[in-house]
Amino acid sequence: MTSTAVGDLVAQPYKYGFVTDIETEKIAKGLSEDVVRLISAKKDEPAFLLEFRLRAYRQWLQMQEPDWAALGYPPIDYQDIIYYAAPKQQAKKASLDEVDPKLLETFDKLGIPLSEQKRLSNVAVDAVFDSVSIATTFKEQLAEHGVIFCSISEAVKEYPGLVERYLGTVVSSNDNYFAALNSAVFSDGSFVFIPKGVECPMELSTYFRINSGDTGQFERTLIVAEDGASVSYLEGCTAPMFDTNQLHAAVVELVALDDASIKYSTVQNWYAGDEHGVGGIYNFVTKRGQCRGARSKISWTQVETGSAITWKYPSCVLQGADSVGEFYSVALTNNRQQADTGTKMIHVGPRTRSTIVSKGISAGHSVNSYRGLVQIGPKAVGAKNYSQCDSMLIGDQAGANTYPYIRSQQSDAVVEHEASTCRLSADQLFYLQSRGIGFEEAVSMMVSGFCRDVFNQLPMEFAAEADKLLALKLEGSVG
Amino acid sequence: MIRSDAPVLLEVRDLRASVDDQPILHGVNLTIRAGEIHAVMGRNGSGKSTLSKVLAGHPAYTVTGGSVTYRGQDLLELEPEQRARIGLFLGFQYPVEIPGVSNLEFLRVATNARRQERGETELDTFAFEDLVNTRLAVVQMDPAFLERSVNEGFSGGEKKRNEILQMALLEPVVAILDETDSGLDIDALRIVAGGVNQLASPDNATLLITHYQRLLDLITPDHVHVMAAGRILRSGGPELAHELERIGYDWVDQELALTEVG
Repeated sequence: MTSTAVGDLVAQPYKYGFVTDIETEKIAKGLSEDVVRLISAKKDEPAFLLEFRLRAYRQWLQMQEPDWAALGYPPIDYQDIIYYAAPKQQAKKASLDEVDPKLLETFDKLGIPLSEQKRLSNVAVDAVFDSVSIATTFKEQLAEHGVIFCSISEAVKEYPGLVERYLGTVVSSNDNYFAALNSAVFSDGSFVFIPKGVECPMELSTYFRINSGDTGQFERTLIVAEDGASVSYLEGCTAPMFDTNQLHAAVVELVALDDASIKYSTVQNWYAGDEHGVGGIYNFVTKRGQCRGARSKISWTQVETGSAITWKYPSCVLQGADSVGEFYSVALTNNRQQADTGTKMIHVGPRTRSTIVSKGISAGHSVNSYRGLVQIGPKAVGAKNYSQCDSMLIGDQAGANTYPYIRSQQSDAVVEHEASTCRLSADQLFYLQSRGIGFEEAVSMMVSGFCRDVFNQLPMEFAAEADKLLALKLEGSVG
Repeated sequence: MIRSDAPVLLEVRDLRASVDDQPILHGVNLTIRAGEIHAVMGRNGSGKSTLSKVLAGHPAYTVTGGSVTYRGQDLLELEPEQRARIGLFLGFQYPVEIPGVSNLEFLRVATNARRQERGETELDTFAFEDLVNTRLAVVQMDPAFLERSVNEGFSGGEKKRNEILQMALLEPVVAILDETDSGLDIDALRIVAGGVNQLASPDNATLLITHYQRLLDLITPDHVHVMAAGRILRSGGPELAHELERIGYDWVDQELALTEVG
């Protein structure tokens, strides 16, 4: 009885699959040194940045696309992608009133109202549409505290010194194939600077929207927290449904100085393709934080539910003595989605500590792999790591893999790894149902129970959203 | 006190069911009236646990014939959650563990589903905590169990107490308790049986599925049924349970052999 009921629960259509009809300025397809120069010129960038881009581009030409991940996809034609697309109101507007109402409407529809009357009262938002940031809220209020929150393009113009000092210092331009590509062609993203001793007074958030069907999105985010500063930042992402694949290759760099703390949360809901695996975003992302100062802390929380392909390993370099790195992840794959995701915890300084909690949920014909590296360097005396990787399988066609790598050059380091795999069982579902709890609610209770350790880490405003998102994604997948 | 004019709560007629195409129930008949306590006894494999799962709507079992009427309503066409909401309760022989799902929250959602069906208001967290605290006494349960995940790491006795706690909260009309006595030491058995006795009223009914007499020493049934080969072979009063205790189940084989021939 239940299995047919499950079959009837056809997968929920993707809610954010619409396309905004807006005039867009695009450059021609393809990538060359000229294209890199053109992007830089369009953004009126200082010489150091053009140099940075060109160096990255030349490095990229020498590099090979990585093939070690447990992912399968046809070769990407990098000459068939548009590397820059922007809605036609080019110059960033001083006030929201001047922003194209169609864009505001788009973000309204996505549940991210930007206008003064409707916006969230305790979250500042930077809204990125295709290649450019169209608006950032609460900038003035944040400035009163000395906090800089703006698009990276704006930061290049307004605070070139800060950008030059930190850009590419955590993820170098030749770190990997996709990071090199991003460094060459990145268009926009967010910049956050929290000065010494300041606790950022509100949540910061960037919302990334891909709108064009043939454009890649290459955003670049840089967050710096000076001594004793702290910030909580959240990114969200959606894209329309196209039957082609779009490339998204982002780079995020975090820098935490002495006693600083950065909490970075992601709710990734890019279009995942249809049930046959047609369309969807290819998500190749390099995210890394450097705990440069003593007692600093960087915490990654990610809820990955979208994208046809996810290749993403938010990492922490624990350089400062007693610094702390955390990674909390829920990765859900359904239908034909593939995810190879995890983290790297690089212990450099003494008494550095890291925690990894990864929850993978695979449904349909999807494949979900956890890949993580815990590295303890020779100077990391007394380093500690705790890793926990749990997989939940839904149905009997999905796959889950765990690839934990541990490298220790410290005999007194403590590295603990726990892993488990479970199947969402018909008996558990029946137990909940036999207490009057409906089938869908029962599934969602069990899945959120499984993910609870991670959801507890999300900013309050988003924890409930994440719960709902997961339930929605799983509809029709249990049987 | 048994009144033969009390309303019929559950009427099972010639119920047949199979699991994995293997027929298990071969025509079960059972009539349960308000205020009654029934015991279905039988050896392992006699079909008594299957009967309880079929009544609760377990998806692995396919009903192949017969009918079940619950207070005038066709029970078999309802989803398991709907059966629970209208007052059918199954106490599991092996309650499953559900990691990460808070017991308290689970109990609250379940209680509210039942309350909603009865046209009562939903209880918020605070109101529910008040209610659950009054019910804990029924099974002498430590409130610390509310804070844990559903049944996770509970001992056998704690799981069974948690089942009776659920029964106390859901206030079922017909409670089926599948081998609630299995795996319990005598103290735990007393507590669980005490809980069941407290919850029995002239308006509800209890169906005990059990192997042994020892539960029936603590909960006195009005009717005892002996099940074998997917049928109820013989029905009687409490004395039938005592007789079984004395002579065992061997006679069942002879009787079965006779019915086969007949």
